[in-house]
Amino acid sequence: MALKTETMVLNMGPQHPSTHGVLRLELEIEGELILSVKPHIGYLHRCFEKHAEAMTYPQVIPYTDRLDYLAAMGNNFGYVIAVEKLLGIQIPERVEYIRIIMAELQRIASHLVAIATNGADIGALTPFLYLFRDREYILSLFEMTCGARMLYNYMWIGGLSHDIHPDFVRKTKEFIIHFRPTIIELNNLLTFNKIFIERTANIGILPIDTAINFGASGPVLRGSGLPFDVRREDPYSIYNRFDFEIPTGKGLVGTVGDCWDRYYVRVLEMEQSLRIIEQAIDNIPEGDVHSAIPKRIKPPKGTVYARVENPRGELGYFIISDGNLNPFRVKVRAPSFVNLEVMGELCKGHLVADVIAILGSLDIVLGEIDR
Amino acid sequence: MKNPEEIFELLKNEFGDTILGLDKDTPTESIILVDSMNINKIGAFLRNNNDLKFDSLMVLSGVDDTNGTKVKDEDGTDMISGGTLSVYYHLHSTNLKHKITLKVSTPRENPQVESTYNVWRTSDWHEREAYDMFGIIFLNHPDLRRILMPYDWEAGYPLRKDYKNPEFYKGMKVPY
Amino acid sequence: MGLLDKEFSDGNIVIARVDDLMNWARLSSIWQLGFGLACCAIEMMATSASHYDFDRFGVIPRNTPRQADAIIISGTVTLKMATRIKRLYEQMPDPKYIISMGSCANCGGPYWEHGYHVLKGIDRVIPVDVYVPGCPPRPEALLEGLLKLQEKIRNESLRKKIA
Repeated sequence: MALKTETMVLNMGPQHPSTHGVLRLELEIEGELILSVKPHIGYLHRCFEKHAEAMTYPQVIPYTDRLDYLAAMGNNFGYVIAVEKLLGIQIPERVEYIRIIMAELQRIASHLVAIATNGADIGALTPFLYLFRDREYILSLFEMTCGARMLYNYMWIGGLSHDIHPDFVRKTKEFIIHFRPTIIELNNLLTFNKIFIERTANIGILPIDTAINFGASGPVLRGSGLPFDVRREDPYSIYNRFDFEIPTGKGLVGTVGDCWDRYYVRVLEMEQSLRIIEQAIDNIPEGDVHSAIPKRIKPPKGTVYARVENPRGELGYFIISDGNLNPFRVKVRAPSFVNLEVMGELCKGHLVADVIAILGSLDIVLGEIDR
Repeated sequence: MKNPEEIFELLKNEFGDTILGLDKDTPTESIILVDSMNINKIGAFLRNNNDLKFDSLMVLSGVDDTNGTKVKDEDGTDMISGGTLSVYYHLHSTNLKHKITLKVSTPRENPQVESTYNVWRTSDWHEREAYDMFGIIFLNHPDLRRILMPYDWEAGYPLRKDYKNPEFYKGMKVPY
Repeated sequence: MGLLDKEFSDGNIVIARVDDLMNWARLSSIWQLGFGLACCAIEMMATSASHYDFDRFGVIPRNTPRQADAIIISGTVTLKMATRIKRLYEQMPDPKYIISMGSCANCGGPYWEHGYHVLKGIDRVIPVDVYVPGCPPRPEALLEGLLKLQEKIRNESLRKKIA
C-alpha cells in the first residue's frame, strides 16, 4: 500500500526571529520540501505616501529616514536628489563630497547588519557581536555629525543640516584603518567557514534573466553576475569622479547566483566603499553647506524619477509636482519590495531550513517594503 | 541608445492610434501617453524589439489625477466625481541603457488597465499595490488582492484624494 | 577569611520575605519576547549586542511567547499587526510585562495625523507598564526603561499586582 501524503500549510511570521521584522510567509510544504512560498506583507504599512502628500517638501525628509531605517542616509540622498532635479539647483562641492562619504559609511553599516543577521539566522552568533561593534563605530561618526544614531534627517534639499565636526576626518581615517583588518577577520570567521558554506552554497540560485525580469537590483542582481550599479550606470552626484569596482557573484564555492554569492558581494562592496571614502575624505573642499538651501521650496509643475544605489539596491523616488508647497504624489520604488517578490521562485524545491538562509541573503527591510 | 522622440516614432509606426501622444512639458523626462487597453501588447513590443530591449520595469505607480469635479456627498463630505486615474511605467534597458516613461489614463468610475504581468514579472506586486491604494483593476492579473492593507479593509482606497478614514477597525479606534 | 565565611559558617540559611525573593528572581531574569516591529527593533538589537549588552540585566530574547516574561513593543503598530500582537500577548504566561518602546508605540509618533493604517498607541490594545520616549530611543533610554520596569517589579506583592 502506498503511503498517503498531504501538503501542509505552515505560517512563518509575523512574529518569527528570522523574518527581519513583521513578514509573514505562507509555506506550502510536503514533508520538509517546499512547494510554494507566498509572502504576505503590509504589517508595517505606515502610509508614507499619504504623509508625503500632506507635508511640504522639506518636511518629507524625516519620513524618508523611516523607510529603510538601516540606510537612512541613502534614503535622504535619493529624495533630495529628486527634488533638486525638479528645482534645477546647483549644489556646492563640499556638500557633494560630504554626502558621498556619508552614503558610503551608511552602506558599510547597513551591510554589516545584513551580514550579521544573515549569519545569526543560520547559527553563527559570534560574528553578529563583532559586526555590531564595528557598526557602533560608524554610528558614533554619524552621531558626532548630526546628533542622531539611526534616523538622521541629515541631507537637506540643497545642502546639509550640519557641517561636519572638526574631528570627523581624523576619526573616519581611524575607522578605515580599524575596519580593513575586520573584513579579513570576518572572512576567516564566517565567509569561508565550512558550515556557513554548506548552508548557503547552491541554495536559492537566481538565474540572471529571472533576476532582471523580476526587477531585482543591488546585491541580489549583482550576486547573479550582472555588474549593474546605479552609481556607474546612471551616475548621480559626483560618483563619476571616483574609482571603484562593481563586485559580482562568481560562483566561488557553488553556482553563480546562490545565497553565498549574494552574501559575498556585500563583503566585497564594503571594501569598495572604503576605497571611495578614502578618495573623498582628503579632498573635501572648503565651503558653506547651507549656502544653496532655497528659502522657499516650491518646484515647478512636472514629474521626476530619480534613483540612487542604496545598500539594498535601486531606490527610486517618483515625484509629481503640481506647483504647490507640498508634493502631489510621491511614489517610492523600494528595492526590498521588488527583491522580496523573487522569494517564491527561489524557495521552490528547497527545505524549510533553507528559507531562512534565502531570506537572509535577500536582506530585506520591512520598513521600505510596506512603507 | 535612443531618445524619447525616436522611441515615440517607433511606437507610432507600429501601433498607430493606440499611442496617444508625447508629453514634453515636464522638465526632466518625456512621457509617452498610451491607451490603457493596449499596454500589454506595447510592453511586449518594447521588451522584445532589438532596438529597444526594455527588459526592466523600474517602477509602476498609480496616481490620482484629481481632475474631476468636486461634489458634496449626501452627508456633506467632499467627493471627486469624474476625471481619471493614471498609471506610470518607468522602463529601463539594462542592455542599451536608455529609459522611457509610459503613462496610461483610465476613468475614475471604472478604472481598468491591462496587466503587464506576463511582460515584466515584477509588475505583479506593483499592480497589486496600485489596486490596493487606488482601486485600479488590472485585467488578466492572476492574483489581484490587496497587498499592504488588510484583506478585509472595506473603507476604500487610501491614496485617492477623497479618501475618508473609518472611525473603527475591528473595535480599535483609528483616528488619534 | 572574608565576611561571607562568617555569615555562612553555621548553616546555609538566608531569611527573606517571600515577596522579596520572588520579586528578586523575577526582575533579575526578564526574558523578552524576541520580536521586532520597525526602526526601534534595530536599536533593540543594538542594545542586545556587544556595545550595550542587555544580558547584564538578565534580559535575553526568547522566541516563543509561552516562555517570555516581557514584550518590548519596538516600533509602529499598524492595524493589521495589532490583532497579532494582542494574540501574542494573550499567549504569554502571567506575570507578564510590557515596555512600549518609541513614540510610535506610545502614541503613533510621527504618524499620528495622517496614518490611516497606524494604531495610535499600543495601549489601546494591551496594557503598558513602561513607556520609553524617543524616535527611536537610544539604547541607554531602553536600558533606563528596563530599570524602571525592574523597580516596578521590586515593589510588587504576591497578593496583589501593583498597577
